[in-house]
Amino acid sequence: MSLAKRIIPCLDVTDGRVVKGVNFLELRDAGDPVEIAKRYDDQGADELTFLDITASSDNRGLILNIIEQVASQVFIPLTVGGGVREVEDVRRLLNAGADKVSINTSAVTNPQLVADAAGRFGSQCIVVAIDAKQVGDHWEVFTHGGRKATGLDAVEWAKKMVELGAGELLVTSMDRDGTKIGFNLPLNRAISDAVSVPIIASGGVGNLLHLVEGVQEGGADAVLAASIFHYGEFTVRQAKEYMRDHGIEVRL
Amino acid sequence: MIDIAVVDYGMGNLRSVSKALEHVAPGKRVIVSSDPADIAAAERVVFPGQGAMPDCVRELDARGLRQAVISAAADKPFLGICIGLQLLFDHSEEGNAAGLSILPGNVKRFADADMVDAHGARLKVPHMGWNEVYQSRPHPMWNDIADGERFYYVHSYYVVPEDAGVEVGYSEYPKRFTSCIARDNIFAVQFHPEKSQHAGLKLLSNFIAWDGRP
Repeated sequence: MSLAKRIIPCLDVTDGRVVKGVNFLELRDAGDPVEIAKRYDDQGADELTFLDITASSDNRGLILNIIEQVASQVFIPLTVGGGVREVEDVRRLLNAGADKVSINTSAVTNPQLVADAAGRFGSQCIVVAIDAKQVGDHWEVFTHGGRKATGLDAVEWAKKMVELGAGELLVTSMDRDGTKIGFNLPLNRAISDAVSVPIIASGGVGNLLHLVEGVQEGGADAVLAASIFHYGEFTVRQAKEYMRDHGIEVRL
Repeated sequence: MIDIAVVDYGMGNLRSVSKALEHVAPGKRVIVSSDPADIAAAERVVFPGQGAMPDCVRELDARGLRQAVISAAADKPFLGICIGLQLLFDHSEEGNAAGLSILPGNVKRFADADMVDAHGARLKVPHMGWNEVYQSRPHPMWNDIADGERFYYVHSYYVVPEDAGVEVGYSEYPKRFTSCIARDNIFAVQFHPEKSQHAGLKLLSNFIAWDGRP
């Protein structure tokens, strides 16, 4: 037996609440982030990811307070992303109790940030989030929550981010996010095969078979999901038992 | 009276370590410090570390902490975590860096050629996630921790002790590597107990209770 594939519940946080929408629209309240984090920890989540999707800068500080509360009660790795623009943002999040920081839009507008943050804090805590959408016969990187095309090829971009110091990649299919029709498996497989670092597959999970496919066909080292856990359809433990029954090594 | 000092040399997320220690040892005084006097005064010392080993050595020396760590490792319950394990050895392939030479041995990178699992799938580096830790021999730090329990790892380098007898735990990725060592009052682990949920907290509470004897 060896390294387990990870299940990572994702909490989209805005104004101090966990929400979930379809393609970042129609946000629906899912509850208090600290309570939800504790529940997933009890269920055996391997890590937790928090994405701060707060639009206004006024409420940015709320996420630090939430992370501090979670980090003093939940002792598994915590990744935090959303609005990370400079090395100082990374430092603030790590000091609040985050173990890894996820960089998305700013990696595109300022790739040097990835190199600087990895140089300062180590690659192990720098996750680059890649939002990709199918455009013609390839996948293109989008930023600003999927609204802005960059012209960058997602697979080439993934390689560049790893060269600059990303220790892990969070790959989200914008076409699939919130749709519950499953991961974009070819996208995940193409990126997983192109880089040496672990890949987290994200976007589109609607049932437990999708998680299995993400690992077995998409080549993901970890799978991220939100709505199937938030609204009580499945517990993290049920997801892990299902994966184990399909021959995937998990921590139970 | 300082019960536990966490050595702060500017490398890594010490908040996680101190929060986990405070959680398992309510009422104990846990400090995060870069003052050699605090390290000397503490009853027990935790030596963490993240990032690249050459940076860790440089920052440790820049803060004048080398001797304080060596002294603590000589005579009080001492827990090394991650780079805090690697630094105990002579030399690391990472940046061709010299360690503290408290234990003889080297630190090597997972070799690309070995990174294939039993089904032929490529294994990623860093080795990141929950892996099983097998206990090479009994030790008070393993109290109430099952053999084969999973702990959370994130690293690309592993230690190769000259004296195989110092190994108290190992994992496989895909080859067997030493992930925990112990000698006298020293216990050090490659994984992150502060991020390893129940098993990790149990290890930390064993450290609080440990008298420093093997």
